Amino acid sequence: MPITTIGSSQIHVDSEGFLTEYGEWTESLGETLAAAIGIELTEAHWKAIRFLRGDFAVQGETATLRRVSTLANIPIKELFTLFPGKPAKKMAYIAGLPKPRGCV
Amino acid sequence: MTMTITEPMPVPAFDGIGLGRKLAIICSKGNLDMAYPGLVLANAALGEGVETHLFFTFWGFDMITKSRMGNLKFTMLGNTATHMPQGLGGLPGMTAMATHNMKKRMNEIGVPEVPDFLAQIVASGGHLWACRMSAEMMRLDESDLYEEVEGIISATDFIEKTEGAQLLFI
Repeated sequence: MPITTIGSSQIHVDSEGFLTEYGEWTESLGETLAAAIGIELTEAHWKAIRFLRGDFAVQGETATLRRVSTLANIPIKELFTLFPGKPAKKMAYIAGLPKPRGCV
Repeated sequence: MTMTITEPMPVPAFDGIGLGRKLAIICSKGNLDMAYPGLVLANAALGEGVETHLFFTFWGFDMITKSRMGNLKFTMLGNTATHMPQGLGGLPGMTAMATHNMKKRMNEIGVPEVPDFLAQIVASGGHLWACRMSAEMMRLDESDLYEEVEGIISATDFIEKTEGAQLLFI
């Protein structure tokens, strides 16, 4: 499990770069991760990211796109605009969570 | 916020894998249990940035026919995978019960019903196409179909549209 250093803090990541420790994430780290994949976070992005963080804390699992859309009330289309290409994975990455396991 | 990355941080190759890939799914069945595989796979592909086209043909036409799409059924008859005596499946009300149970289970695991699922696929950028021959055979036209269907096209048109795509027949 690689350890990488961002600023003064060391974070644990998997071989792809997804954080593996829920507690090591901060909002400013989220911004750094987003920038690394070419996304500048706006309030609309944060709405999804904060939902993912909160939902993971309760469910112990990363929300799927459908779950984010239904429960955080963000249209699927908007999620594809905010996090183009692979929205579910990109959101999970920025939120410092594992990739979602659910199929739908 | 300024943070300095002092050691190389692995970054997922989101834009490398999957993008530029194309998937064609031919949906030819109208049973509830056979509608789902195509929808689940289409949804998964779209979430991975894969351009996805679905072609509805023969009984699969029910999946996009407004009067039927919300009312697909699951039957035990002819399906040994239910591990129930086949004779049971023929009793009155059994298909309705099996359908109800399947929908309930799907709902419990967060899988939407067919119309909702199609809406999600369209919102994710998926393309829905209706088979011309099936439309003619069933005497249906655009007005009978789900609004998001992009067109009634021939098999040849579909093959042209999906040049280079990986193909699934369900």
